Amino acid sequence: MIEVEDVHFTYPNGVEALKGVSLTIKNGDFVAIMGQNGAGKTTLVKHFNGLLKPTKGKVRVDGVDTTKVSVATLARNVGFVFQNPDHQLFSETVEEEIAFALRNFGFKESIIKRRVTWALNLLGLTQYRKTSPFILSGGERKRVALASVLAWNPKILILDEPTIGQDYQQKEKLRQFILQMKTQQKTVVVVTHDVEFVAECNPRVVLMREGKVVADGQAKEVLTNQELLAYASIVLPQVTQIFLKLSDFGLKKDVIDVYEAREILLNVLERREV
Amino acid sequence: MSFFDGLKFRKVHSPVHDLDPRVKFFYVCAIFVIAIIFGELIPLMILFIIQVPFVLVARVKREWIRSMRGAAFLATIIFLTNFVVAYFFTHYPLAVSLENASALTLRFIVLVESFSIFFLTTSPDNLSLALEQTHVPYEFTFAFTTAVRFVPVLAEEAQTIMDAQKARGLELERGNFLKRIRNYIPILIPLIISAIRRSLELAEAMESRAWGATKKRTNLYVLKMYTNDFILMALTIGILAVAIYIRLNFIVPTLSKLFGFV
Repeated sequence: MIEVEDVHFTYPNGVEALKGVSLTIKNGDFVAIMGQNGAGKTTLVKHFNGLLKPTKGKVRVDGVDTTKVSVATLARNVGFVFQNPDHQLFSETVEEEIAFALRNFGFKESIIKRRVTWALNLLGLTQYRKTSPFILSGGERKRVALASVLAWNPKILILDEPTIGQDYQQKEKLRQFILQMKTQQKTVVVVTHDVEFVAECNPRVVLMREGKVVADGQAKEVLTNQELLAYASIVLPQVTQIFLKLSDFGLKKDVIDVYEAREILLNVLERREV
Repeated sequence: MSFFDGLKFRKVHSPVHDLDPRVKFFYVCAIFVIAIIFGELIPLMILFIIQVPFVLVARVKREWIRSMRGAAFLATIIFLTNFVVAYFFTHYPLAVSLENASALTLRFIVLVESFSIFFLTTSPDNLSLALEQTHVPYEFTFAFTTAVRFVPVLAEEAQTIMDAQKARGLELERGNFLKRIRNYIPILIPLIISAIRRSLELAEAMESRAWGATKKRTNLYVLKMYTNDFILMALTIGILAVAIYIRLNFIVPTLSKLFGFV
């Protein structure tokens, strides 16, 4: 469980990135943190594993105050996958890259081997075991970065912009994967701009603007609220846009999901045929 | 990275910022030469003090102090090495050893001081303009200014990389001295690779924007010398001439002699 209590954060250069954020993320929650560039999304999640410490206020992870322990200690429970995989890849082989964190946490060699195989398999990277991570494609590098964090099986997983540079198929795989994590009672926090991706996952959405939380609710409520999204400079999901434009015909307005949309439209079409 | 902040240009308007970068560079070189030809404490102290007005006029006091603080670590090492060698190994009297060590440290500080003033008050654009107008080939000028420009970018990137590796359980402060150095490998490799990647990308982007298409480049702005520039130029030549004259014709007294310690 992550508890954020009236957190303020000011960078050394004087930029006030968080201006009083309060938030509770329970175990097993799937949360998408959204907002335009500079809204404070990444700054907020960097508090969850202690990379940043609040200037004012408190952040507790599983009851532990993040100012009291090291990042490495927190990281054991909180996995953080950075936006750009090139900021962390350094090993000669993909296998070594994934083993890096496991070694830091002091796992036994036999367990490391098993965990690496498991993570490679999970993200479809087995054929690259002995390959240098630097010759992989952008999408593959991103998966290596993800695998290197999943390997130690953290309870809480934070993904910073996981869909950037991924094609649609990879996004779909990522979605399936997150849903799978959810069934295992893992907490997943996603920082993203990708409205369509969020619409398809229907998580809890925390909407931010200028260092404050402006909305917190299910994606279906938040992403169909026109005024709110305009205020946070986010465009509505395409499906919702269509349904808003068709609302004169008596259709529902709060649709974000392609499958639900299909059902509704099929119903309408069937009624016409009769 | 606070030391680099002390060398980073910040846009402020001041008479020092408006000076011709060529004249400023000449001034820095002159200070450099004087600092090298004198090994005594008194002239170096004078050299240190005459630069302070520049800092105040240029309104870069805070950044300048930061660069001084960044130099403090190296300065301490220089002082200690010189003092230990002079006092314990060559058995100079204490006062002389202290003065010599202070002088050599101050020499380093004066060099940092003058370079810091130069870089703090000269925009990279002006710098490249100055190089170009002194007929340095444009390829070199461009490479130089790009390098200067990318220092803060790389510093920021290094921070992100450190965060990313810490998030994977890396503890930089763990282990003995050798282990600590090895701890930096996961930071340096991504940093170097990303710098190389960035430079290749930059090269491609430059080429697609027709970099180097015309052999003879013209500039929108042309550097011109104004009254202030001539004044600084004259002052610099004056100081340099006096310094060389003193060096050649007089013996510079040391503090320890003046106060009768030796």
